Amino acid sequence: MTLVDVFSGGAAPPQSRTETEGARRRRRGAYALLTPSVILVIGVFVVPLALMLWRSFTDPVAGFGNFTWYMGDEVQRRVLLRTFTTGLEVTVICLVLGYPYAYAMVAFGPKVRAMLTLLVLVPFWTSLMVRTFAWVILLQDNGPAHTILSLIGLGDVRLIRTNLGVVIGMSQILLPFMVLPLYAVMAGIDRKLVLASSSLGARPLMSFIRIWAPLTMPGVGAGALMVFISSLGFYVTPALLGSPDNALISQQIYVQVNSLLQWGRGGAMGVVLLLLTFVVLAVLMLALRRASRQKQPS
Amino acid sequence: MSIDHAPRGASITMRGLTKRYDSVTAVNAIDLEARPGEFLTLLGPSGSGKTTTLNMIAGFVDVTEGELQIDGQPVGDLPPYRRNIGMVFQEYALFPHMTVTHNVEYPLRQRKFAKAERREKVAAALQTVGLEDFGRRMPKALSGGQQQRVALARAIVYEPRVLLMDEPLGALDKKLRDSLQLEIKRIHGELGTTFVYVTHDQDEALVLSDRIAVFNDARIEQVGTPTELYERPESVFVAGFLGESSLFGGTVTDGRTVDVGGRRIVAGRGDFVRGDTVAVVVRPERIRIVAGESEPAAVNAVPGTVIQEIYLGNSRKVEVRLSDDTMVLVRESAGNITPTEPGQHIWLTFDPDNAAILPA
Amino acid sequence: MIRRSTTVWRALLLVFCAVVAVWLVAPSLIVVPLSFTDRASFNFPPNGWSAQWYTNFFTDPSWLWSLEASLRVGVLVAIVATVCGTAAAVAFSRTRFFGDQGLRALLLAPMIVPVIVVAIGIYAIYLRLNLLGTTLGFVVAHSVLALPFVIVPVLASLQGFDRRLEDAAAICGARRWTTFRTVTLPLVAPGVLSGALFAFATSFDEVILSLFIQSPYLQTLPVRMYSSVTRDTDPTIAAAATVILALTTALTVLASIITIRRSRVH
Repeated sequence: MTLVDVFSGGAAPPQSRTETEGARRRRRGAYALLTPSVILVIGVFVVPLALMLWRSFTDPVAGFGNFTWYMGDEVQRRVLLRTFTTGLEVTVICLVLGYPYAYAMVAFGPKVRAMLTLLVLVPFWTSLMVRTFAWVILLQDNGPAHTILSLIGLGDVRLIRTNLGVVIGMSQILLPFMVLPLYAVMAGIDRKLVLASSSLGARPLMSFIRIWAPLTMPGVGAGALMVFISSLGFYVTPALLGSPDNALISQQIYVQVNSLLQWGRGGAMGVVLLLLTFVVLAVLMLALRRASRQKQPS
Repeated sequence: MSIDHAPRGASITMRGLTKRYDSVTAVNAIDLEARPGEFLTLLGPSGSGKTTTLNMIAGFVDVTEGELQIDGQPVGDLPPYRRNIGMVFQEYALFPHMTVTHNVEYPLRQRKFAKAERREKVAAALQTVGLEDFGRRMPKALSGGQQQRVALARAIVYEPRVLLMDEPLGALDKKLRDSLQLEIKRIHGELGTTFVYVTHDQDEALVLSDRIAVFNDARIEQVGTPTELYERPESVFVAGFLGESSLFGGTVTDGRTVDVGGRRIVAGRGDFVRGDTVAVVVRPERIRIVAGESEPAAVNAVPGTVIQEIYLGNSRKVEVRLSDDTMVLVRESAGNITPTEPGQHIWLTFDPDNAAILPA
Repeated sequence: MIRRSTTVWRALLLVFCAVVAVWLVAPSLIVVPLSFTDRASFNFPPNGWSAQWYTNFFTDPSWLWSLEASLRVGVLVAIVATVCGTAAAVAFSRTRFFGDQGLRALLLAPMIVPVIVVAIGIYAIYLRLNLLGTTLGFVVAHSVLALPFVIVPVLASLQGFDRRLEDAAAICGARRWTTFRTVTLPLVAPGVLSGALFAFATSFDEVILSLFIQSPYLQTLPVRMYSSVTRDTDPTIAAAATVILALTTALTVLASIITIRRSRVH
């Protein structure tokens, strides 16, 4: 380091053996490109989450008070269970309806496939409010669904403000989230595998069950993941199609924070919801990874 | 485009040029010089370091160690867009959303040439590659050969002093490759630019090059003119990579005499110490087959058994197994065939001047 | 050679899909006839017809302002999210650097985390910073949610992009920004456009976060609709819903056309 360097503000950085000027330049460029996004995400995503976490442990007094309240409260436990079972029901319905639909998208020719794709994308793009509102109309007392049901003698069944109504509405809204990942995986499966199996003498149904269906499991996993996790945090549909008697956790959070101004409790519930989401995510991703590892030829 | 008979190419100097990726050394301290205006080919198998070297000259790969100079100026720190060299890529890399004219014009726009001058230079470049009327076409409407010529036009339009080519003919069929090779040679003659050409095809290297640098495992094995490399290879690898070679393994008795399977063989070149294990290298077309059981009267004679004869139209190859179970190849042109049949015992003779001793 | 049993199965499958498709699409369509009812009720099917609710929608200040607010915020979010997201996608696709995977997970996290959890945090912060009901507050909050929806398609586009084209541009003398502007961007434009459309739709449709950060001075359209459903029986909401339906259908068709054209160019 010469005198000139000292006065000009420091010596040039030492020439590192592992990283050259060009690579360093590119790295700095990448950091610069990422800065706006990172600032945005930290400011409006990470900080709020951290704040909520903080409040759950400090509001109104420091400690685990909010969590013990939550674990102890009978109503809240029922809400949590209901949220979980509702999510499961919605996921199962979406799977039962979505699997054949996705299969049809693969099995039929391009024209049918294009039609089916469009029909699954349009609701995907249609506003959540619009679809929920439509279900409010459909499921209302003496509304169209009610009328149809009474035609077949089930006139006494109430649909609106019930968990059943919530499940119906959420299933329709979340179905595209099941179909799209399923289709993506199914489209990638080589049809020749099934042909090879049938050329070896297996009956079509056998080929389907033994060869093709297991290969769709990653799609099933991804779709189920997306549907279930989405349903955990749903607010609008349960709020409009359900009632306070059968609320889901997101509605309870809203009540705690907005109406009761119980930031600590709302925060604690938020933490629980977040934990639940991550646990489900981790479990499903581990299962997916193990499934794909089993498929690797050894 | 003016035809200037003085070489308008730059020299490229590489001294101790090295490229290391973590634990892998892709290019290991090579010393090589591209002389102004020459056609230098970097020849070698995949992974030998020739493409990495080219990419270092271009500036796409950073130099780990060593010096890289163009016309005496160090360029190691210069990004590609400042090096003022032309490059033709293996998959052409034509901009798919631009017409042929806009593609060829692109480098001129970066150098802020005026519109009229751009039009003139683009027209001249397209004429050089023989695509004068193709200006309005889009790349996807062109054949492989045409796309490659557009890529070439784009690379020469601003008259760079160095032109790099990365296996440009690899994706084309043989006939097209052959005709484009001649085009490239002609354009090189016209422009006088320094061409650095990468290929793994030795025939291509022999046709095009003023000099060839043979790469093997991150090092240069030998640099020389095609004739030098073909007639006087300095290693078994070079002998095998450029053209076919037949190897007779043995031990040195003294100077240029080698004991091959009990027989005394004299070679024209190579000085080794007694006891060294070496290979005597002869080109297949310089070996003669002598039928009969008794040893012919020749300086070098090796016995063998005919295994297979392969008919090639204008010549034929004969595979012969020697007493040490190695196989050698003999090539005879159509007019000079010694009738043989598989299983027959024959003698192979060759002139000492056509044999070289190389380290085994 | 298709055996008869296969044909029967295929026909059944097609029927099944038709039913599912109807179930997917038809319910939304119910808002269209409802918007033309002549009475202030949600009775379906309507007994009489009138276009008064559309007039109401386009003249009532609260509805109009919420529509304008949604459009304004949506466009701004599209711009902000697309610029930030495209830059981030370029960074991810170009170099491998420290924290690569972590940053990617961070920027995509808003897609997975339940919005309500983030919403209460943002509500608390905005309360303190006086950002409730402001355009800036809405744009910033929605942009974070929209960011992953830009990064994913743009990154996909960039990864399918031939890197040697950028090398070719560089050797021709183009600096990094020029290369991006003249070569990369035109070729990944469909991905960027998809991203922008997704960003707009995400913002336009966002309900739960908007419910928290609204104020009487700024309500987006979904918020206005939500309060309408819970408060009164006003078929104007059906008119609003129909307008949204028309807009989103047009956007979907537009996005599909872009995707089809993209696959034809390459």
